[in-house]
Amino acid sequence: MRYRLLRTLGVALILLIASIPLLAHHGAAQFDVGKKVTVKGTVVEWFWANPHCFLRFDVAGDDGQVVHWNVELQSGPNILPQGFTRQTFKAGDQVTVTLEPVKNGRPLGRLQKVVLADGSTLPLGAGNPQN
Amino acid sequence: MPKHLLVPTLALVGLFVCAPAVHTQGPLPGAVYDKDRKGEKPAPAPRRDLSGIWEPATPGGGIQGKGALAMESCRRDKATGRYVVQQNPPLTDTGYATVDCLKPEIEPPYTALGLERMRAHKPVEGYRMVPDAVNNDPILGCDPGGFPRVVLHNFRTSEILQTPTHMVMLYKFQKRYRTIWTDGRELPKDPQQPAWTTADRLPPEPRWWGYSVGRWVDDYTFVARTNGFQDDRTWLDNAGLPQSDTTEVEETYHRVDANHLELSIRITDPKLYTRPWVALDRLSLRLQSPNFDIQEMECSPSDQKHYYEFFGGQTGLDTDPAR
Repeated sequence: MRYRLLRTLGVALILLIASIPLLAHHGAAQFDVGKKVTVKGTVVEWFWANPHCFLRFDVAGDDGQVVHWNVELQSGPNILPQGFTRQTFKAGDQVTVTLEPVKNGRPLGRLQKVVLADGSTLPLGAGNPQN
Repeated sequence: MPKHLLVPTLALVGLFVCAPAVHTQGPLPGAVYDKDRKGEKPAPAPRRDLSGIWEPATPGGGIQGKGALAMESCRRDKATGRYVVQQNPPLTDTGYATVDCLKPEIEPPYTALGLERMRAHKPVEGYRMVPDAVNNDPILGCDPGGFPRVVLHNFRTSEILQTPTHMVMLYKFQKRYRTIWTDGRELPKDPQQPAWTTADRLPPEPRWWGYSVGRWVDDYTFVARTNGFQDDRTWLDNAGLPQSDTTEVEETYHRVDANHLELSIRITDPKLYTRPWVALDRLSLRLQSPNFDIQEMECSPSDQKHYYEFFGGQTGLDTDPAR
């Protein structure tokens, strides 16, 4: 029980710190704020830049069609404290991405959480089941 | 509280209470941002000294994404009197009049031309924000943001170098700098026919960042004035407030104590605004360690092109005109 309390407080603190740099070059006009989609796919490109990094990955549908997804993140310097680096992903990596999609229905969104092939989760603290 | 939770809770509380006491003597070594700590008692302000590396005291406090005047932004809730954000406005094809933030009672005092210019801007933030795909914000093509936008939208970690003749402001955002002269020269009276009052052989040319001169009005307050902006391609902020070649900016830096500096910005432009107005009111800045390594936030045209090809350019509607 003590561990659970400490873990909860620790995760809350990490999330508080991690949320501070979540300030984009653009607002939320294009995003369906609050909606969450989770997809599993294979990394095509990890683009590290300012003001936005993005992760392109392919998702195979049940019908065999491949959907080319792209999720954006904040600027490289801003996501370093969240555990991302320029080497976090490489083409061919398997990832499970939870994202907030755009409103126009295209396979785009902003990243909320990603589970890497080794089971680790980014941003730091987002892997806790209570989140 | 259950008894078995008491010990870990008290331990955590103790940790938070005691941690600040370890660092009350000055800036941390520089690996992380040095933030305000409860109970700290900074030394008195040094006399006539702005030098150092500065970061908004409130994390994210220098980002006026909703626009100048909008440090507390958005629609005022009638019941509580507080401003709230409309989280999920619809994406429509009616000019993207999406609203995440209504603040008409604190709009700048536009002239007719100012209002026309503001409405022609399609920003990606603020209460008139549009999707990336249809914006016309010049900095998203990596045009210089200029001054005062670097402060009004994106005051991130910045360094002030102070010499006997001038101050140099080094900004993290877009990795830019500007000079504020303190050698006694006057601001050019006519920015369209500029001349320095010093022995410089060449007149200053119109600039993205303007010409700036400053002076100490008392031992702890430094006031700089800026004019000489080249045209209306720079915006005042991320929400599309207009700027022109007749804009004048007054910056006031007040050194509160050894760790803090307050920055205010006042805008004057008879072409765009009916009266002077305060765009930034005492933004509190916190001194950082002298060995703090400022990160790079450069704007790369090739990176931006790649971003718009694979993301930004796909965020609008099929009916949108090409960006």
